[in-house]
Amino acid sequence: MRHHLLTAYGVLALGYLMLPVGVVVVFSFNDPVGKFNYTWKGFTLDNWAHPTGAPGIGEAVTTSLEIAAIVTVVATLLGTLIAMALVRYGFRGRGLTNFLIFMPISTPEIVFGASLLTLFLNFGVQLGFWTIVIAHIAFDISFVVVTVKARLVGFDRSLEEAAADLYATPFASFRRVTLPLIAPAVLAGGLLAFALSIDDFVITFFTAGIEQTFPVWVWGAVRIGVPPQVNVIGTIIFAVAVGLMLANTLWQRRREQAAMAATGAAATDW
Amino acid sequence: MDGAAANAVEADVRLEHVTKRFGEDVVAVDDISLTIERGRFFALLGPSGCGKTTTLRMIGGFDQPTGGTVYLGERDVTGLPPYRRDVNTVFQSYALFPHLSIYENVAFGLRRRGVRGDELKRRVGEAMELVGIGSMAARKSRQLSGGQQQRVALARALVNRPRVLLLDEPLGALDLKLRKQLQLELKRVQHEVGITFVHVTHDQEEAMTMADTIAVMNEGRIEQLDAPAELYERPRTAFVAGFLGVSNLLQGTVSGDGVVRLDAGGEVRAAPGSLAGRSGRVAVGVRPEKVRLGAGEANAIEGAIAEVAYIGVSNQYIVNTLAGPLTVYVQNADPGARPAAAGDPVTLSWSPEATFVVESTKEAEK
Ligand SMILES: Nc1ncnc2c1ncn2[C@@H]1O[C@H](COP(=O)(O)OP(=O)(O)O)[C@@H](O)[C@H]1O
Ligand SMILES: [Mg+2]
Repeated sequence: MRHHLLTAYGVLALGYLMLPVGVVVVFSFNDPVGKFNYTWKGFTLDNWAHPTGAPGIGEAVTTSLEIAAIVTVVATLLGTLIAMALVRYGFRGRGLTNFLIFMPISTPEIVFGASLLTLFLNFGVQLGFWTIVIAHIAFDISFVVVTVKARLVGFDRSLEEAAADLYATPFASFRRVTLPLIAPAVLAGGLLAFALSIDDFVITFFTAGIEQTFPVWVWGAVRIGVPPQVNVIGTIIFAVAVGLMLANTLWQRRREQAAMAATGAAATDW
Repeated sequence: MDGAAANAVEADVRLEHVTKRFGEDVVAVDDISLTIERGRFFALLGPSGCGKTTTLRMIGGFDQPTGGTVYLGERDVTGLPPYRRDVNTVFQSYALFPHLSIYENVAFGLRRRGVRGDELKRRVGEAMELVGIGSMAARKSRQLSGGQQQRVALARALVNRPRVLLLDEPLGALDLKLRKQLQLELKRVQHEVGITFVHVTHDQEEAMTMADTIAVMNEGRIEQLDAPAELYERPRTAFVAGFLGVSNLLQGTVSGDGVVRLDAGGEVRAAPGSLAGRSGRVAVGVRPEKVRLGAGEANAIEGAIAEVAYIGVSNQYIVNTLAGPLTVYVQNADPGARPAAAGDPVTLSWSPEATFVVESTKEAEK
C-alpha cells in the first residue's frame, strides 16, 4: 500500500516537473495565428524546418553558443587547476579560497549580476560579448571546482608517486595518470558549465549591454510576441543537455560495472 | 660491516648520517649510516613505526632527509626527485594504474624514457615472463588477484633495470601460503636479474628467508647490521636478541675476561670477544635450542621444570631458576625417550660459544 502511494507520488511529482517541458515541446509543432504561440491551432513541421525563421533568433543562438563554448573551456581549465591547488597544497589563505569559491554558488544571481555591472561601469569597461564571457566564467568556475574537488579528495596519491618513480615528470604524471583518472569529473564539470552558461539570463542581462544571447532575445520577444521557433530551440537545448548527462552517467556506470565484474572474476588466486 | 669492509665491492646505496624529522617532535629516522653493496638482497627489519618506510622513501626520493646525504653509487642524489633517480619501487599498495592495461602498466617507465617499438615490446614481454604473468597483457589491473597485482608491480619496476629495487612490505597484504611462495620467487627473481634489492618488512622470518644482509631497526636507528645467521647467533643488543627469535637473558656484571658474574649467583663464560669491550652491568644470553637439559657444558645453572609443551619436533620447557624462568627446546630425536615432567629438578648447561652478551635490560635495572 505504502509502496503504491509512493509510486503515485513519484509519478505526480515527475509530471509536475515535466509538464512545462512537455508544453514547450508540443507547442514547437504548433501553427499559431498571430504573434502569440499560446493556443493550439494545428500541427506543422514548418518551425522545425526553419528554426531560425524569426528575425534575430539565429544571431542570438550563435552568440549564446560562442559564449558557452569559450566559457566552458576557460572555466573547466581554471576550475580543474584551482581544485588541484585546493586539494593538494596547503597554502596561506586556502580556507578563505575555499569559502570564496562557494560565494558565486550561494549568492543570489541578481546580486552577483548587479555587482558585476557596478564593477564594469566603475572600470569603464564597454559592456557586450566579452563582459558576458567574463561574468559567466566567474560563476561557472565554482561549479567546476566543486565537481572536480569531490573526485580529487578520494584520489590515491600513491599512483602519482608510482608515476614519478617510473620517470614521469610532474607534467607527464598529470597528463598520463591524474587527468585520465579525474576525467569523468572534469567532463561533468564542463557539461555543467556549458549548461549554466547557455541557460543564464539574470547575470547575462546585467552584463550584456546591447548584446543579445538567446535567453535575452526571448525575454525581449515575450513583450511583442513569442514565435514558435523559441520552442524549437528550447526543445533542442533540452534534448542535448539531457542526452549529454545521460551519456556521461552511462559511461560512468559502465566503468563501475566493469570494475565490479572484474573483482568477482579475480576471486581465484594463484 | 662498515664502510671499510665495502671498499672492494661497489656500493649501490650509501646513507650518511641521514635524519628525517616530521614537524618538531617526530624523529622518524635518526642519524642512520649504512652501505648496501651491489647485488645484495638487503632487508630493513623492525617493528611497525620504526622508520623503515621513511628510510626507503628517502632512497627513492619521495621524502627528502632533514639531514645527511643519500648516495646512489658514487652520485649524491640528496634533493633529486624520484623521476631523476635510477631506482624503482614496489609499493605496499602496489599502486597499479587502474586506467591502463597490464601491458601499459609495465611499459610505463620505458615509455617515459623514450623506449619504443620492438625493443619496448620485447622488454615488457620479458619482464612479464620473468614474474609469470606473460598471458595477462590485455587485462586491467582491477581484474587481478592480490598475488597477480604484486607480480605486475614487480614487473613494472624491474623492466627498467634500475640500479636498486625498493620493496615496501610487498607481501604484507597476501595470505600466508601465497606469501611463502612469493618469498621464494622474489629470491629467485633477484638471483636472476642480479639487481640490488632493498626489502622492508616487519616479519623476521621473511627477512631471514630472503635477505643476505639485514639491518634491524628500532626507533629510527639501526640496532645491528649483519648476515641473518650472525644476527641470530650473536645479537649485539637485547632488542635484536628479542626481535629475532626467542632468547634467554640473564642479568649480571662483567667480572673478568669473558666472564660475567650473575646477579643470581654463579659465573657464565661467554664466547671470546663477545664482551666487545663492555664492562659493568650486562645481560648474557643463550638461545633455547642451545641449552641442554643436564650438566656437561661449561656454563650451568640449577632449576626445576615448570612447564612442558610437546610441539612434535621438539619439547619446549620452561625452567624456573634463581635467574628467572628460562626457555629450553629439546629435539625429539630419540623415539623412546620420556620427556622430563613438571616439578623435576634439572641442571641446565650450555657452552660459552652459544653465549652472547648484550646491554643490561631495563626490567632488571628496577
Ligand atoms: N608524513 C608523516 N608525517 C608525520 N609523521 C610521519 C609521517 N610518515 C611517518 N611518520 C612517523 O614516522 C615514524 C616512522 O614511520 P614509518 O617510516 O612509516 O615506519 P615503518 O615503515 O617502520 O612502520 C612513525 O612514528 C610515523 O608515525
Ligand atoms: Mg612501513
